[in-house]
Amino acid sequence: MTRPVISADLGAVAPELIVAVAALLALTVDLFLPAERRRVLLWVSLAGIALAFWSAAQMGGASRETFGGMYVRDGLTNFLQMLVLAAAGTSLLLAAGYVRRTGLESGEFYMLALSAALGAMLMAASRDLVLLFLGLETLSIPLYVMAAILRLNPRSQEAGLKYFLLGAFATAFFLYGIALIYGATGTTNFVAVAAKVRSAGLAGDPLLGVGIGFLTIGLGFKAAAVPFHSWAPDVYEGAPLPITAFMAVVAKIGAFAAFLRVFPLALPDVAGRWSLMLAAVAVLTMILGNAVALLQTNVKRLLAYSSIAHAGYLLVGIVAAGSAGVWSVLYYLAAYTFMTLGAFGVVLAFVGPGGREADELADLQGAARGAPWLGAAMAVCMMALAGLPPTGGFIAKLYVFTAAVESGHLWLVVVGVLTSVVSAYYYLRVAYVMFTGEPRPGTRVVVSPGTGAGIVIAVALVMALGVLPAPVTTLAQRVAQQLIAAVK
Amino acid sequence: MILTWLILFPIAGAVAVALVPRERRDLIRALGLAASLVALAVAAWLFAVFQPGLAGMQFEERVPWVPGLGITYHLGVDGISILLVGLTAVLFPVSLLASWDSIQERVKEFNVLMLLLEAAILGTFLALDLILFYVFWEAVLVPMYFLIGLWGGERRTYAAVKFILYTMAGSVLMLVAIIVLYLVASPSGGRTFDLLALQQARLEPGLQTWLFLAFALAFAIKVPVWPFHTWLPDAHVEAPTAGSVILAGVLLKMGTYGFLRFALPLFPQASRDFVALASVLAVIGILYGGAVAWAQGDVKRLVAYSSVSHLGFVMLGMFSLTLQGVQGSILQMVNHGVSTGALFLIVGVLYDRTHSRMMEDYGGVAKLMPSFAAIVLLVTLSSAALPGTNGFVGEFLILLGTFRANPVYAAVAAGGVILSAVYLLWMVQRVMHGPVTEKFRHLLPDVNRREVLVFVPLLLLILWMGIYPKPFLSRTEASVQALLAHVQAKTTAFVPQREGPP
Repeated sequence: MTRPVISADLGAVAPELIVAVAALLALTVDLFLPAERRRVLLWVSLAGIALAFWSAAQMGGASRETFGGMYVRDGLTNFLQMLVLAAAGTSLLLAAGYVRRTGLESGEFYMLALSAALGAMLMAASRDLVLLFLGLETLSIPLYVMAAILRLNPRSQEAGLKYFLLGAFATAFFLYGIALIYGATGTTNFVAVAAKVRSAGLAGDPLLGVGIGFLTIGLGFKAAAVPFHSWAPDVYEGAPLPITAFMAVVAKIGAFAAFLRVFPLALPDVAGRWSLMLAAVAVLTMILGNAVALLQTNVKRLLAYSSIAHAGYLLVGIVAAGSAGVWSVLYYLAAYTFMTLGAFGVVLAFVGPGGREADELADLQGAARGAPWLGAAMAVCMMALAGLPPTGGFIAKLYVFTAAVESGHLWLVVVGVLTSVVSAYYYLRVAYVMFTGEPRPGTRVVVSPGTGAGIVIAVALVMALGVLPAPVTTLAQRVAQQLIAAVK
Repeated sequence: MILTWLILFPIAGAVAVALVPRERRDLIRALGLAASLVALAVAAWLFAVFQPGLAGMQFEERVPWVPGLGITYHLGVDGISILLVGLTAVLFPVSLLASWDSIQERVKEFNVLMLLLEAAILGTFLALDLILFYVFWEAVLVPMYFLIGLWGGERRTYAAVKFILYTMAGSVLMLVAIIVLYLVASPSGGRTFDLLALQQARLEPGLQTWLFLAFALAFAIKVPVWPFHTWLPDAHVEAPTAGSVILAGVLLKMGTYGFLRFALPLFPQASRDFVALASVLAVIGILYGGAVAWAQGDVKRLVAYSSVSHLGFVMLGMFSLTLQGVQGSILQMVNHGVSTGALFLIVGVLYDRTHSRMMEDYGGVAKLMPSFAAIVLLVTLSSAALPGTNGFVGEFLILLGTFRANPVYAAVAAGGVILSAVYLLWMVQRVMHGPVTEKFRHLLPDVNRREVLVFVPLLLLILWMGIYPKPFLSRTEASVQALLAHVQAKTTAFVPQREGPP
């Protein structure tokens, strides 16, 4: 493995380059903009995202390696990067009204968001633990700052600090895991690790086992899987609403991109070492996430536990592994992204008493009376999150569960469906509250054009994924089959 | 395409209603009613041109939905579903008309949800792909949750949550069973969720038992079979009149229909193994539902428990696995939809006037509302299965079929017929006759023209099906015979074939 590191194929990294340039541009342009014309920054960022999306869509399925085999552009990279970009673009649209109202609209905000997206994109493209780590940090550090971006709000400060401290801790585990895997196999490249495990018969190696365990802790933290989830509710609640929305989807995609690259694609031969461990994490995550969500009265906290619970369902797909496991996770990520963004979008369309965020469930009481379309949008997203048809959430769960049954994890699926019933209780309550009771005095509807557009996009995609699942399914299946064929 | 149109018309109606400004309430009501009437017209045409002699699916539509997984958009109608499609199409316009005055809040949301509910229920009865069926089956839950939760009585939140959690808990295990079935039983040449293809698979008896139980739990909760009935009284009592009519009239039939359409043909061996258990539970339900209904002071609760009893008959007839029993069971599904739907409408008429459902508050209503009294009498007699009404034909066939299969069940169940006459006539006596209650004297004008119009189609059906049931029975016969032959063939000629669990 002594390929020259400088054999960079810059064409393969065009989407990343575009996003990086857009991030820098947002920061620079801000210097020359009068305060009232900061809206331009949104357009710069969206243009960058759209261009990068187009570029990734053009890439074609053939696998291209560069940077000495650390970076790979294949179907999975394209799919996940397009998803990250769509998620980032939609969340920036949703945030438009909020950031203007609260004075957050600045070059830094857009630069940080684009950098975090860049990190998630790199994680999707990594074929080496070192690049994976770089991607993870490029994703995480901007998120720490974004959580604390309301400099005068103690809750935001607390969220940022908590996220940073716990995140740093998890990163240490992650790095240690990399070191141990390197120690066991002498390489950090996924292909080489897999080859070494196979040729040297390392499947039972304790060093490798512990390394995988530590890696799981680091990724589990990012994915907010139990028992590494405890930061999520506080950070979700404390961070400004649009940043919570951004974090909930972009960080999740990044984390599961890593899960996909590491477990089913790099280490299928030692599935015995991680399968049961991840299955246990999945069960804990599904049960705890859904059970604690029952008690929440704050929508942000509720969605935090919801995001934890969905990490559990996604892990079921990772445990299932194989081609079906991979493509079902891809589909699930797409559905999760838009149903979560839709739900946050509806909350963003309201302003609570005293101009604060309308993030208490009580703030939304009767809110659909004045804004029935927002109520309907919330109902669709909540049905999707609960996994009820005819939404994308149902199809996603169907795929993940089918993959898991096929790979012999029936008990995992039984836990999955039963916890879904529990989740229906708290999700539908949110929609129910919006339609019932007297509207809360002080809660106002403030739908900026960006927020409105974001909600429409999210809800339309959630419904499309439920009613016309074939196109995305076919795409995800093709990606997964290609990858699994390459592994074998 | 006719079946797709049948599902699409209510959805199109819902979209149209959603676009009307909310102040124009009469336009909204008219649009909702019109959409459901269009669906009724389509269903009536379907019923008229349906070919009675054919056992197989008619008007079939099959389009790949998710080709990679063998999920198809597959619709069709046969003798088992045609009557239920017709029943659904009749009860929706009736309930919308009945809600014209009684729903005054959120008229728009109400009409949208009712039409979406209609589309989902029709889809449930038409779907022939397991995933498509499950999609419609679960899609029914959310509109109903909101109908109970937003327009219901005092304990509406509790009832709505209990309804959705209870029924969903049953159906998710069915989803797991569907997945297992898909992975194990798909015929050679690719996996499929298609019901007609999966019916041909030969499943190992042990696996059949588990899958049957998972399906049966979902259906038994929906029916509801005793002891899974506890969600029903709450949901029926708290729901608004239209919601109760739809719940009792068609939603419960989704459960019994599920047994006939899915559980029996997919798992014939297991179905036969569970005949005794299902029949005993059915008989318990008949007697228990009747006895508890007798003890109620609340008219709506009485009607709700009478549903438990009547659905027991449906289950009993079905699990007799005889032609008469199953045909009677299908007919009784329709009868119960018509009669109990009408009973809930009767309760609604009284409740709209006095806001009381307690029998002790009423007395001598017949003197104040003579036309209403005539309606009540006919509906009650139909529900009590008096000869000449639809109820008699259904229960007679069921008892006949059951007697052939097992005389003991039939003998005990016959007690339920008497019981239903007792509690229903007792209710009529207490509410309609005796001295007039002073406090309601001025609150009880006779039924107006709209209210009469609500009852007319149901009364006509009661008499038509009671006096000349042939058009209904002839449409079911061929399909039921085919179903029984299928069950017979699959259980006698069973050759164990080893296939590992997934």
